[in-house]
Amino acid sequence: MNPDAQVHESVLPVVMLLTSLVPGLVIFFLREDQVRLRTTLNMAGAVAKVALVAVLVPLVVAGQVQRAAFPWLPGVELVLTADTFSLFFAALSSLLWLVTTVYAIGYLEGAPHRSRFFGFFSLCVTATVGIALAGNLLTFLFFYEMLTLVTYPLVAHRGTRAALDGARTYLAYTLGGGVLVLLGVVWLTVLVGPVEFTAGGAAAVAELAAERPGTATAIGLVLLAGLGVKAAIFPLHRWLPVAMVAPAPVSALLHAVAVVKAGVYGIVRVVHDVFGLRVFADLGLLHVLAVAAGVTIVYGSLRALTQDDLKKRLAYSTVSQLSYVTLGAALLSPVATAGALTHIFHQGIMKITLFFCAGLFAEVLGLSKVSQLAGVARRMPLTAIAFTVAAFGMIGLPPLAGFVSKWPLALGGLDAGEPWVLAVLLTSTLLNAAYFLPVIHTLWVRPPEEGARWVTEPHRVRSIEAPASLLVPALITAALTLACGVFAGWDYSPWQIARIIAEGSYP
Amino acid sequence: MSALLLPALVLGPLAAGAVAAVVPRERGRVRAAVGLTTAALTALACAVVVGGVATAPGHEVRVALAGWEPPLGIVLRADAASAALLVLTTLVGVAVSVTVAVRDDAGGGPAFWPLWLGLWAALHGVYVTQDLFNAYVLLELVTVGAVSLVALGKGRSAGPALRYLFVAVVGSLLFLLAIALVYAEAGTLDMSAAAGRVAPGPLLTAALALTLVGMGAKMALFPLHSWLPVAHPAAPAAVSAVLSALVVKAALVVLWRFWVALAPAAGGAAHVLAVASGVAGSAAVLWGGLMALRQRRLKRIVAYSTVTQVGYLALVLPLMAPGGEAARAAWSGGLLLVVAHGLAKAAMFLAAGVLTAAYGSDHLEDLRGAMRHRPWVVAALGVAGVSLAGLPPTLGFAAKWQLLAAGVESGQWWWVAALLAGGLLTVGYTAVVLRAVSAPADAGEQAPEPPPAAVPTVQAAVPLALAVAAVVLSVLAGGLAGLVADTAPRGLA
Repeated sequence: MNPDAQVHESVLPVVMLLTSLVPGLVIFFLREDQVRLRTTLNMAGAVAKVALVAVLVPLVVAGQVQRAAFPWLPGVELVLTADTFSLFFAALSSLLWLVTTVYAIGYLEGAPHRSRFFGFFSLCVTATVGIALAGNLLTFLFFYEMLTLVTYPLVAHRGTRAALDGARTYLAYTLGGGVLVLLGVVWLTVLVGPVEFTAGGAAAVAELAAERPGTATAIGLVLLAGLGVKAAIFPLHRWLPVAMVAPAPVSALLHAVAVVKAGVYGIVRVVHDVFGLRVFADLGLLHVLAVAAGVTIVYGSLRALTQDDLKKRLAYSTVSQLSYVTLGAALLSPVATAGALTHIFHQGIMKITLFFCAGLFAEVLGLSKVSQLAGVARRMPLTAIAFTVAAFGMIGLPPLAGFVSKWPLALGGLDAGEPWVLAVLLTSTLLNAAYFLPVIHTLWVRPPEEGARWVTEPHRVRSIEAPASLLVPALITAALTLACGVFAGWDYSPWQIARIIAEGSYP
Repeated sequence: MSALLLPALVLGPLAAGAVAAVVPRERGRVRAAVGLTTAALTALACAVVVGGVATAPGHEVRVALAGWEPPLGIVLRADAASAALLVLTTLVGVAVSVTVAVRDDAGGGPAFWPLWLGLWAALHGVYVTQDLFNAYVLLELVTVGAVSLVALGKGRSAGPALRYLFVAVVGSLLFLLAIALVYAEAGTLDMSAAAGRVAPGPLLTAALALTLVGMGAKMALFPLHSWLPVAHPAAPAAVSAVLSALVVKAALVVLWRFWVALAPAAGGAAHVLAVASGVAGSAAVLWGGLMALRQRRLKRIVAYSTVTQVGYLALVLPLMAPGGEAARAAWSGGLLLVVAHGLAKAAMFLAAGVLTAAYGSDHLEDLRGAMRHRPWVVAALGVAGVSLAGLPPTLGFAAKWQLLAAGVESGQWWWVAALLAGGLLTVGYTAVVLRAVSAPADAGEQAPEPPPAAVPTVQAAVPLALAVAAVVLSVLAGGLAGLVADTAPRGLA
């Protein structure tokens, strides 16, 4: 939070939560066949949330912070704040929730248990926005654990043995991490009282670090280890590739909108707004975090190389790309911080595009392996274009979104006096190219396999290649990937907002 | 007003129990009507008393029966702790009464009503008594009611009921011995008066130890727990809910009250006993959790979960010991946990009752497809499990937060570890249940899902209502915790 911002007591943060909580709770009670009402509720909630964010962004950028606090237990409050950083994350998740909702409605058309699915889907976004708006560690923890719980039924949604196993692994990892976060938060709260997020670090925590560096280091490590599970830092990342058994819209939630983002967002909040970068560096934890992130970047990319299952390849790519954010957050350089924050947004829109496309290939043609995709661009050119744009973005080619966040990360590495970061980023970029280019090559250049079902089956030439509700979201996010790169100079672009937030971390 | 209603809380249900007993057995509907009316009136009276406690100076409502003050007369006293227990008992009591009223099978037949109303009266008595001997008598009443209710279960419930009776009576006798020791030393049976007249020494230590063991047996504290996973599942569904949610709490309250009044005078010996309670509690958390993971019957899973939660409650004694901030947090956390566990456990046992009624068995294999056919009952199991595990957004989270804060505050890391590990085990066995009822859709080798029998809608809705109460109360946890923390004991220091 910007220390000289004006704070207004306001109900708007609560309304932000209610826009998805209320539709979610109502949807649970709808019958399966009430499709129209369910769709209306879903879309109304999603649109209202985006509209609220759009109203709040100019206010908050102008220095007005909206805050709502509720007494909970003696001495601790639940606090919701709409400051620049929280709104940045809330904007990402509500925007992507909107497109994912459209996609999910199309994806699940006619499938069983849709009321249950969309109910938990809305709760999932409620928890994510709660995480974004959390004004202190307790509130963050509250929604962080809630997110785990409401995502579990989504991962298990298909009800197959593989889905249940994947969901169990997901739950075991994330709740294990949650226990550590709980311990860290209780520990810190008992020692210094409830810690509100403050740009540059809370004064009380800095005092603790000066007086009892050992305890402060232990708390920092516990929190990082706990948050590292959702942020998929090696070796805590194993749940992420397993959870890809979930339906495509859920993968989008896990990889772009909610779960992994909650992890990296938490890490940034803890490092920058609880401890403060300098305190964290003095405790020696910043370096630990940077190295862990560096290792994860290379490890994730290497594992992605060998995956033939498209969603698995994308999952390992997420493992790697997320640690870009962690790495940037762990460098003592304003440019790197801005790059890391921008990557939270950019990785979201790029990865969601890729998962939308993977879902399209699987739904329309029944193809889930990279090796099966030969020549598919001829049958689904728009999907292939969206995939290609997002993949190029991931590699970091200008003028796409990925470039805008990777370039400052590399600069920041040099700025912070850590030249090894440059080597990590270059290696990873080469590896990204090595696992994405073959897919693109397969899609566009290789001839279709003899006798593939989609080749032999006639396709109605006049109709578009896929259901519009699946295709349009993918095209929108692909267009955003391009727009975020080209218009990075606009006042309200993710990059510009990220720079404003980053400045706050260096008081 | 609330002082007038305090005796009515005990005498009202007792009188109604007597009325229900004289209604002929075949007139089940009349007995149910008596029971429901009593439940409604009791709920109203409880609301007034709790309101009175919240607004009274010092958060205490006190009434000397017939104007006789101690040492001659009997004093009833409702404080913040009583208020928490009254809230829990009212919610669970109404839920149980409604369940049995719509389906008397759930209570084990018409004999349920007199026994349950008598038990309800005795529970209220335990919460508000100040007198040691009265506490003993009321506990015995609770035991008699509870054991008879277990025996109402179908099939082989006589054996478990008898086993329960033996353990409970032995526990009571140990407590009686402790009371005799205190009386010999202090010359009074009033708890707060006795507190000022006892001196540290072997007599007081023995009294504390006897109470700890005696009440430990009655509330199934590890290693004295083995009767519970047998007795609680053997009882009818509604009775299991009462036993796990309320009856174990009666022994717990007596232990806590006795401890809070007399342990500070005992010096170092009390610290040793507190640690013993903590060790037993930690072992209970781990053992109960591991055993729950191994069970294949729903009611036994839920029963072992009670063993775990009783372990948590035993941790309150060492957590409170250092006094100050830790004692406040531990005391309020402990009482929040009593309420949270009661609501969740009642929801789980009543949900198990609905599923047993629908599928004719509580074997997890037979419950396949319950997720599809009884989603609200499964939802109740899930939400209750989340509250038991101490995860947000439930009352269980507020309770666990306070207990963890107490542990961290006073640097008692062992108990913190037990609290955290117990949470994970709880999620584990809840997930086992959820997985079993959702039954993999692609499991070709399994028999098709059995079709469920019809269950009254009201009965199926009650567990979810209790689970939702655990979520809603989490928002109000602050008021309750503040009330309780204001009157927290000062610990042993």
